[in-house]
Amino acid sequence: MPETLFHKVWNAHTVRTLPSGQTQLFVGLHLVHEVTSPQAFDMLRQHGWRVAFPERTFATVDHIVPTDSKRRPFLDMMAEEMTTALERNCRDFGISLWSADSPDQGIVHVIGPQLGLTQPGMTIACGDSHTSTHGAVGAIAFGIGTSQVRDVLASQCLALEPLKVRRIDVNGRLASGVYAKDVILTIIRRLGVQGGNGFAYEYGGTTVDRMSIDERMTVCNMSIEGGARAGYVNPDQTTFDFLRGRRFAPTGDAFDRAVTWWKGLASDPDAAYDDRVVFDAATIEPTVTWGINPGQSVSVTESIPGDADEEALAFMGFSRGTRVRGTKIDVAFIGSCTNGRLSDLEEAARIVRGHHVAPHVKALVVPGSKEVARDAEARGLHEIFREAGFEWRGAGCSMCLGMNTDRLQGQQVCASSSNRNFKGRQGSPSGRTLLMSPAMVAAAAVAGEVADVREMVEAGVPA
Amino acid sequence: MSESPERIAHISGRGIPLRGNDMDTDRIMPARYLRVVSFEGLEQHLFEDDRKTNSGHPFNDPRYTGATVLVVNENFGCGSSREHAPQGLARAGIRAIIAESFSEIFLGNSSILGLPCFSADHDSVDRLQSLIEATPEVVIEADVEAGIVTAGALRLTATVPQAFRDAFLSGQWNPTAMLLADFDRVRAVANHLPYVSGF
Repeated sequence: MPETLFHKVWNAHTVRTLPSGQTQLFVGLHLVHEVTSPQAFDMLRQHGWRVAFPERTFATVDHIVPTDSKRRPFLDMMAEEMTTALERNCRDFGISLWSADSPDQGIVHVIGPQLGLTQPGMTIACGDSHTSTHGAVGAIAFGIGTSQVRDVLASQCLALEPLKVRRIDVNGRLASGVYAKDVILTIIRRLGVQGGNGFAYEYGGTTVDRMSIDERMTVCNMSIEGGARAGYVNPDQTTFDFLRGRRFAPTGDAFDRAVTWWKGLASDPDAAYDDRVVFDAATIEPTVTWGINPGQSVSVTESIPGDADEEALAFMGFSRGTRVRGTKIDVAFIGSCTNGRLSDLEEAARIVRGHHVAPHVKALVVPGSKEVARDAEARGLHEIFREAGFEWRGAGCSMCLGMNTDRLQGQQVCASSSNRNFKGRQGSPSGRTLLMSPAMVAAAAVAGEVADVREMVEAGVPA
Repeated sequence: MSESPERIAHISGRGIPLRGNDMDTDRIMPARYLRVVSFEGLEQHLFEDDRKTNSGHPFNDPRYTGATVLVVNENFGCGSSREHAPQGLARAGIRAIIAESFSEIFLGNSSILGLPCFSADHDSVDRLQSLIEATPEVVIEADVEAGIVTAGALRLTATVPQAFRDAFLSGQWNPTAMLLADFDRVRAVANHLPYVSGF
C-alpha cells in the first residue's frame, strides 16, 4: 500500500501500542540544550535512572549563552550556572556536549544538520518547538517539553499519537528578492496559526524541489508557527549531496546503502494524504508581519487588512489600511534557527555591501553556529557587515527570544529574521517584532525603515 | 507533581476566565523566567507582562483567588514548547483547563503533569466565561470520563482527547514507567533501524 514518509518512519520506530492507545515511539536522535533539560536530569537522579542511549543523545548551549563574549565565567551569572549545570549533567550521564568553548557550538537546530547528525528517516526529539527544522532532510522531528525530555533520556521513547499528514505543494519560481521565509510566512498566513493542529506538514512541489537544504530548513522550522508539530521534505538528491562527507553521516559503501534506504522512505507518488493545499510561488511577495502572531502578515506592498485584530494593532501601533512598509525600525536582527545559516548571511550581505546601516538603527548579525561564523568569515562576510555598521556576534539564539542579554528595550521596533512576533518575545514586554527574511532585514537596516528588498536588488546590488 | 499513579477523573472548583485567542507560552511564562534550573516558584511569574500592563487582568483579580479551573479561548499555549508554562499554572493551583482549542505541545505538556485539558465549542466557552465573570463563586465540575462540564445551571460538552482521557482514568498519565516496562522491545526496534546498526 502506498504510504507517506511520515507513516513509514512512524511504523519503523513503533515499539508498541500503550494501554492509552498512544504509540510508544523510539527516538533516533535526542538533542539537548541548557534551558529545558536541567529539571529532566534532576528527575532522572531522583529515580536513579540512567540515560538509556547516551550515544544517541547530543547536547549544546544556545538559548542563554551570551553572543558578545564566550569567555568563562560568563558575566551573566545565570548563563554561567545553566551552562555549568549542563556540563555536569552531560559528564554524569555520559552525553556528548558541545559547550561554549567547543568549535562546534551553535543553535541546536543549526548544528544537528551541519554535523550530519540529522538524517533522513530518523525520529528526532528536542526540548524546543523549532525541532521541526530537522524535517528538511526527511526526518520526523518533534519539539517536546521537559517531562518528555526526561522520558527520552530514560527510555529513548515518547508516548505520542500519530499525526495526520497535509501535503503542501508550492509550485513555480520565486521572484528575485523572495525567499523561503516569505514562502512559509505566506503558508501560515493562509492556513492560520492553528491550521496545522493535528497535522504534520509535508512540503513539496517544484519550488521546494529546487530549494537548498538551508531553505527547506527555514520552511520546516516555522511549521510549528502554523500549529503543525512536525514538517518535512522528502529526501532527494539535494539531501544526499548535503549529507555526504558530514562528520556523523555514513561513509563509503555505507553511504550508498543509506541512500538506498533513504530513497525508499520518500512518500510514494500515489500516497493518500489527509489534506492537500497548493500554492503558486509566482504570487508570493516579500512578506512582513504586522501583528503579534506569525499568521498576521502582509506582503510589503499590501495594506494591513480591514479585519485586523484590535489587540494586535493596539500593541504594534498600526492601523487598518496602512502599510508596514515605511515603518521606522530601531533594531535589525539577523540570526536564529530560522535564518542564521550561511546562505542567509550571504543573502543579507549582498544587500548591505557598499551601504551603511541607518544612524538610528542598532543592527546585529548572529551566526547560527561557530561553523557558520567561520565559513562566513572565510568569505569576508563579517567585514561587509562590520563596514556597514552591523555588530558581528558569536553563535547563539540571541535576540530571537529574550533569554540572554540581547534584548529589545522599551517599545523598540525590530526588523527580525527570527520566527516569533509574540508580545514580549524579544525580551522587552512592550518591544515590537516585525518578522521578515534576512535580506528584508538587511534592507530595513540600511533604509532605517521597512523597505522592499526587490527595489534594492533591482537597483543593482551586485550578485 | 505526584510521581505515583493517581487516577484523575473529576475536577471541582472555582473558575478563572481569561479571554483572548492565541495566548502563547511566551505570554503565559515570559522567557526571562526560564533562566532557572528548577520549576520552583514559577507560579509567581504567570502572565507577568500582561498583568503589569493590565491591572484588571484575571490573574490580578482577587475575585478569582483560589480558582482551580482556567477557562480560555482558541489555540491556548501556542508557540514555545516550554513546560514552564503549564508548570506555572499547575503550581498556581490550576487543576484543569477548558479551552476552545489548545496547541498540541502545550496540551501534551499539561497532560503529562496531570493537568487535564478540556475542549469545548466557542459558545460553550463564552457562556462559561460570562458565568464566572458574573458569579466568581460558582463551582465548576469537570468530568474527564463523561466529557461534561457543569457550572450552576450550565451544562456543556467538554472533552479530553481520548488517549489522555484514558491515561487520566487509568492513572497512567505520567508515561515513563510504561515506556521503560518493555525495554527489550525498545532495543529490538533500535537494532532494526539501519542508522542504528550502521547501514
